[in-house]
Amino acid sequence: MPKHISIWFFTGSLLLVYGIMILAAGVWGLSHPPEHPVVLASLHIDIWWGVLLTLIGILYCWKFAPGKE
Amino acid sequence: MYPALLLAAEPSRLISLGGIDIAIIAIYFVVVLIIGFYLKGQSSTGEDFFMAGREMTAWIAGLSFLSANLGSLELMGWAAAAYQYGILATHWYWIGAIPAMLFLGIVMMPFYYISKTHSVPGYLQLRFGEPSRALSAVSFGFMTVLMSGINMYSMALVMKVVLGWDINFSIWVSSITVAIYVALGGLRSAIFNEVLQFILIWVGALVIPIVGMIEAGGWDGMVARIHQNFPGGDYTHLWSTMGSFTDNPMGIHWTGIVLGLGWVISFGYWTTDFLVVQRVLAAKDLRAAKMAPIIGATFKMFVPAIVILPGLLALAVLPFKLTGETAALASGGHSYNEVLPIMLARYCGPGLLGLGITALIAGFMSGMAGNVSAFATVWTYDIYRAFWRKNAPDAHYVLMGRWCTVLGVLVSIGTAYMVMEFKSIMDYVQALFSFFIAPLFGTVILGMLWKRATGPGGFWGLLSGTLASVAMWAWVKLDPSALRYIALSPNAKDMAENMYRALWSWLICVIVTVVVSLLTEPRLEKELAGLVYGCTEIPSEAQVPIYQRPMFWATIVIVVFLALQIRFW
Repeated sequence: MPKHISIWFFTGSLLLVYGIMILAAGVWGLSHPPEHPVVLASLHIDIWWGVLLTLIGILYCWKFAPGKE
Repeated sequence: MYPALLLAAEPSRLISLGGIDIAIIAIYFVVVLIIGFYLKGQSSTGEDFFMAGREMTAWIAGLSFLSANLGSLELMGWAAAAYQYGILATHWYWIGAIPAMLFLGIVMMPFYYISKTHSVPGYLQLRFGEPSRALSAVSFGFMTVLMSGINMYSMALVMKVVLGWDINFSIWVSSITVAIYVALGGLRSAIFNEVLQFILIWVGALVIPIVGMIEAGGWDGMVARIHQNFPGGDYTHLWSTMGSFTDNPMGIHWTGIVLGLGWVISFGYWTTDFLVVQRVLAAKDLRAAKMAPIIGATFKMFVPAIVILPGLLALAVLPFKLTGETAALASGGHSYNEVLPIMLARYCGPGLLGLGITALIAGFMSGMAGNVSAFATVWTYDIYRAFWRKNAPDAHYVLMGRWCTVLGVLVSIGTAYMVMEFKSIMDYVQALFSFFIAPLFGTVILGMLWKRATGPGGFWGLLSGTLASVAMWAWVKLDPSALRYIALSPNAKDMAENMYRALWSWLICVIVTVVVSLLTEPRLEKELAGLVYGCTEIPSEAQVPIYQRPMFWATIVIVVFLALQIRFW
């Protein structure tokens, strides 16, 4: 079976990038609140979601890094 | 398996994306193309290109199996159905999927896998001969690219309504991307991207039910709000309103759901539609092939959380009511079909909004990649190689597969533009697709479980079941009062008619197959080895620990499935 980069590494990389971007957007929103906030904006779901995606992304990138398996 | 939806005539923008949202969408397109280019070098043989080298793990095959079905029309259409019909729409995810997926894994997969067939028409050729293969391959290939085009047009229309994007832009950018990554990497590329798309669909859509349930005050709070907003309507019970055609908004009786949807349509789609079965055939061994549909069923059971629940939450929390397409156009309001983007815009700010839209685009692309990769395989192996060039080198068929992928996408694009001009085509093609599913299931299941079934029996059963389905559909079209005979009630609605028509056409297929088989010469048992129950040695699992056996996990899934039916009865 040919060795190739795991799909889970690609998935982890994308989630990591998305997590950082969404987290950054959430933090930016704290200091620059939008004119029309979303419902339940006080929950700051974007920050929580960004952190979650970043952590999952790091975990998958680390666990399925090329050459590790 | 799609509800009728998404036919707005005068689009208007629902959501505005910011720079970060556009960046998230753009990164997604770059990554799927990178995967396609990366996998190009690993798709040089026919087995690699068309069957992904048959080396997929159970998890990858299982998630891909589900993702190929989880298109964006599926997401948006059933969210809309949930707003319109309530939790009844969940039947299409539970009884309309779970038993069939488990049946595929436990009962049917050994025959598909041990026979080493590359496709469902390929199995029919081994079991019943060339005429059956030709009939199913031509109908599947034809309908697959047409359906792909219809989905493409509908998705482009959604992008226009939701984001204000130009229809031509949406059609060409998304379809060219799919054509590139599937033509380069074949089925392996399609499967890898489907797994990625599956994850994105979940992380993009899960925000809505989480925040929505907080806003509504949990399940009980949501139910109370729905009763308050829609007094007298029952939107939260699965079975208790199905005793009569007139007691529920779908106009359907429980017999139609159980026998039509739960048995014929569901089993027909999940066990014989090559679009989904192809993913499981790429599994690395028989145990992985049996586990893949069980893993798919497990996740399928929870898809209502991101599809049905947003529709129910919209009933509870939206300060305005959504209506049908015509009423929405007349009043300038919003239709059921926009419920998912409306809920997305309600809870998701910059960044999350881009992720949610990426989830919808990913859903569309996974469905389309599934269509074109299945089409390329059936065309190359079951039509081109079977009837034109039987003995060409392997590299020739791989090249044909790559070109066929591009051709399939171009035909889909042509269909999309055709539908744009003549919208009624959509209804006819969706009906046509349903004509083949139920009889095909009758043919395949008899082929696998009854060794007395013969080649002529299989062919004439398939043909007569299909023609009977067309005849019943035409009868109701020409004389709507015929509904009382087809669907057993004049009060039945479209969905009920589809259920019963599928049931009758399946029965006709089975009866004709049995009668013709009994009147024709049976095949020798040694010829049926690896194809039929009773003539096939299925590897024992006695040495495998119980927690690794597919039957163990299938039992757990069915117990959870039954518990969910009781909980939401």
